[in-house]
Amino acid sequence: MKGAIALELKHVTKRFGAVVANHDVSLSVHHGEILAVLGENGSGKTTLMNMISGIYYPDEGEIYIDGNKAQILSPKDSFKYGVGMIHQHFKLVDVFSATENIVLGIEDGKKFNLKESSARIAEIADKYGFEISPEKKIYNMSVSEKQTVEILKVLYRGADILILDEPTAVLTPQETDKLFAVLRRMRDDGKCIIIITHKMHEVLSLSDRVAVLRKGEYVGTVETAMTSESELTEMMVGKKIALNIDRTDALGLGERLVVDKLNCLDEYGVKVLQDVSFSVHGGEILGIAGIAGSGQKELLEAIAGIQPTESGKISYIEPESKELIDLRTKTTAEIRDLGIRLSFVPEDRLGMGLVGNMDAVDNMMLRGYEKSTVFVDRKKPKELADKIIDELEVVTPGTSTPVRRLSGGNVQKLLVGREIASAPKVFMAAYPVRGLDINSSYTIYNLLTKQKESGVAVMFVGEDLDVLMDLCDRIMVIASGKITGIVDARTITKEELGLLMTKTTSVFEDRESRTNSEEKESLSDE
Amino acid sequence: MSENIDRVNETEAAVQDVKPDGHKDQKKREPLFHITKRGQLPLIQAIGIRAAAIVLALIVGGIVSVFVTGKNPIDIYASIFDGAFGNGDRAWVTLQEIAVLLGISLAVTPAFRMRFWNTGAEGQVLIGCLATAACMFWIGGSVPEWLLIVIMLGASIIAGILWGVLPAVFKAFWGTNETLFTLMMNYVAIQLVESFLKIADKSGSNTVGPTILVHGWVPNLFGVQYLLNIVIVAALCVLMYIYLKKTKQGYEISVVGESENTARYVGINVKKVIIRTMAISGAICGLIGFLLVGATSHSIDADLVGGRGFTAIMVSWLAKFNPVIMVLTSFLLVFLDLGAGEMSSALGLNKSYGEILTGIILFFIIGCEFFVQYKINVNKNHKFFVKKGEKEVLE
Repeated sequence: MKGAIALELKHVTKRFGAVVANHDVSLSVHHGEILAVLGENGSGKTTLMNMISGIYYPDEGEIYIDGNKAQILSPKDSFKYGVGMIHQHFKLVDVFSATENIVLGIEDGKKFNLKESSARIAEIADKYGFEISPEKKIYNMSVSEKQTVEILKVLYRGADILILDEPTAVLTPQETDKLFAVLRRMRDDGKCIIIITHKMHEVLSLSDRVAVLRKGEYVGTVETAMTSESELTEMMVGKKIALNIDRTDALGLGERLVVDKLNCLDEYGVKVLQDVSFSVHGGEILGIAGIAGSGQKELLEAIAGIQPTESGKISYIEPESKELIDLRTKTTAEIRDLGIRLSFVPEDRLGMGLVGNMDAVDNMMLRGYEKSTVFVDRKKPKELADKIIDELEVVTPGTSTPVRRLSGGNVQKLLVGREIASAPKVFMAAYPVRGLDINSSYTIYNLLTKQKESGVAVMFVGEDLDVLMDLCDRIMVIASGKITGIVDARTITKEELGLLMTKTTSVFEDRESRTNSEEKESLSDE
Repeated sequence: MSENIDRVNETEAAVQDVKPDGHKDQKKREPLFHITKRGQLPLIQAIGIRAAAIVLALIVGGIVSVFVTGKNPIDIYASIFDGAFGNGDRAWVTLQEIAVLLGISLAVTPAFRMRFWNTGAEGQVLIGCLATAACMFWIGGSVPEWLLIVIMLGASIIAGILWGVLPAVFKAFWGTNETLFTLMMNYVAIQLVESFLKIADKSGSNTVGPTILVHGWVPNLFGVQYLLNIVIVAALCVLMYIYLKKTKQGYEISVVGESENTARYVGINVKKVIIRTMAISGAICGLIGFLLVGATSHSIDADLVGGRGFTAIMVSWLAKFNPVIMVLTSFLLVFLDLGAGEMSSALGLNKSYGEILTGIILFFIIGCEFFVQYKINVNKNHKFFVKKGEKEVLE
């Protein structure tokens, strides 16, 4: 099956200022082969691929395509060489149809004929087993359909070398399986496919060979069939690490937060939360699963008092006095002034949780600055920053460095550290390990587990279903702003979760009675 | 291949007509240079780049001067310096001008740190001038002088606050564009001044001068004409620095400016901060207006602020909103402006020439920030640098 060498990199180096993003990387890919480029965030995978697709130009080294030296100065050049890249963030015009997006920007001197193009697109889609309606507008499409359009766009341009940057990050397990089937068919047709990922099981199930990068250095390429998860992890991280989440039993401290029939509109008046009801107990981790943008952000922000809501109830139950306080109509400042210790690690770390241009001290001050009268006191925040840097092993030049200069993992440690420092009663975290390396991710998981063990009600919005199933006590699935199920994390399967994530027509009453019984079951288990 | 030398760095053009295959074509498509972002530059190097920019500016300005005017560039620069600091009087005028410009720059700075693009300082100062002049005209004579001065001060500050808060309220509650709103408020202020001029001076003059505004002259400090303004603005500069860096309100301004989402996340009342900050901004503008009319000119016309409300934006930006650095940037702009004006008349040149020279110097000083942020990597293997003989060997 394996054909001639399609793409070869020789001693490619790329620097950004003092940072070496890629150092002396050499690798090759054949026609009819799927190569996985594996590495942690910040290991230089995307930079390397951007050099092949003409977004960056290498400082040193050469790129050969089909045996000829290639000078790729722009994405336009890369098309001429038959290279097509599918980016993580789609670049599509929302109000155009699939066909219009696909033919956009093609200058082949031929007459512009949408009908003919549509037919050709359908033909390509047929060949590889894509499901697509060429006339459908992008704004009507699901994330996976948009991705299909992106892939067809490069195939239509005659790409022989396809690069996919983290293509499964936004897909459900079922959609991922479909995508992989299509990729395998393209490989069998002689295409050369490079897939960037950091998900181990995808590497093992899809690729023929794996190239591993670590901190910009090329570690090596191995045959997928000859390797194992632990060997790849070791190559990726540089040392052997144990990948276990130590899950303890939930403490069952009773309800801490009860959300009842919560409804919420976004800024455009579209309903983003519909009759959301659930409860979180002290001493448990409630996982929240769902396709990105299903209302997770709004839900957490509504509880934190940031997002205005339409109707419903958000009740906080004081653990000692069992007093009920309605949070729904209260602002963040009012909740804080009531002495309710609610911590929130938002999805947007540098745009909400922290201020990127401020240093660690000023960022610590975001919590607690309001207690000062005229002048702010930077002594205590400085002590807190030093303590977090010390305890969570944050790598930073110092407490006066703007936090945006730190790597994602270190930024997140500062944020989580600050939020834990206030000894919260409710702890909410949205995608807290997104973009983090493996070690930092496990640091965060352990911190969440420790919070749970000390009796905190923890809510964890995650995207990796394997992690959710290993870390949480219960998992709540949200789809299009509705809760489609609350299940026991210890017994549910990934497929079942996947089905709940895409379930759009939920029968509310039915679900309520079912989840209630499930809830009781899961609690009596513990 | 030598005919290609003059288009080597036009990579775009070179890309168009080259086939992907063929080694010969490849060679000439290597870019001559590419630009990368620097990390943090050591302070010495950053200062070095800026110093080099000033030297380069003086050299280029000198060369242009020789070609355009035929004068000795040393004479030109000497006469610019002479224009700003030539004698005691000129030095005081220069200091006073710096004080006014710095004062307005300090006024716009808290708003800018909040990313509220206040382009209405011109109007906010002018309305302060008008409030002062109106008090002098209508109340003057009927109350004791000291009371009149207090009323003038209060009226000018309130007028400035009104002009600053109005756009802030609309921005905070209805999300209107503050740049347009504050800009348009300038014209309202100008029209109000024009009306006042017609009422106060029936002769139709476009200035109401010290012969009409005879009351409420703020006394000089130690008998030195401009000292009061200079002292007040200097104090303001220190206070503003402390306010922005050390106080709770200053911290809130930074958080709202950096990220409104973060502000909402920690429970800062964004609306309140926007309105409060613009009130401070407007109050300082009003105060400067009071000083301009009550303590300095004792006259008013529609052009009294003379564009300094806009120049202040540049002063504040160049200093990256740091009140202490703003002393330097306002000095630079005033020095060039006054010096170049004097130079043109002293050497008998067209007045525009001073502005051209100022433009050249500012171009270099502002342009050098690019080189502080970015690095240009030159490709040493490019055929542009390879001698002819070697080139044939290469191929």
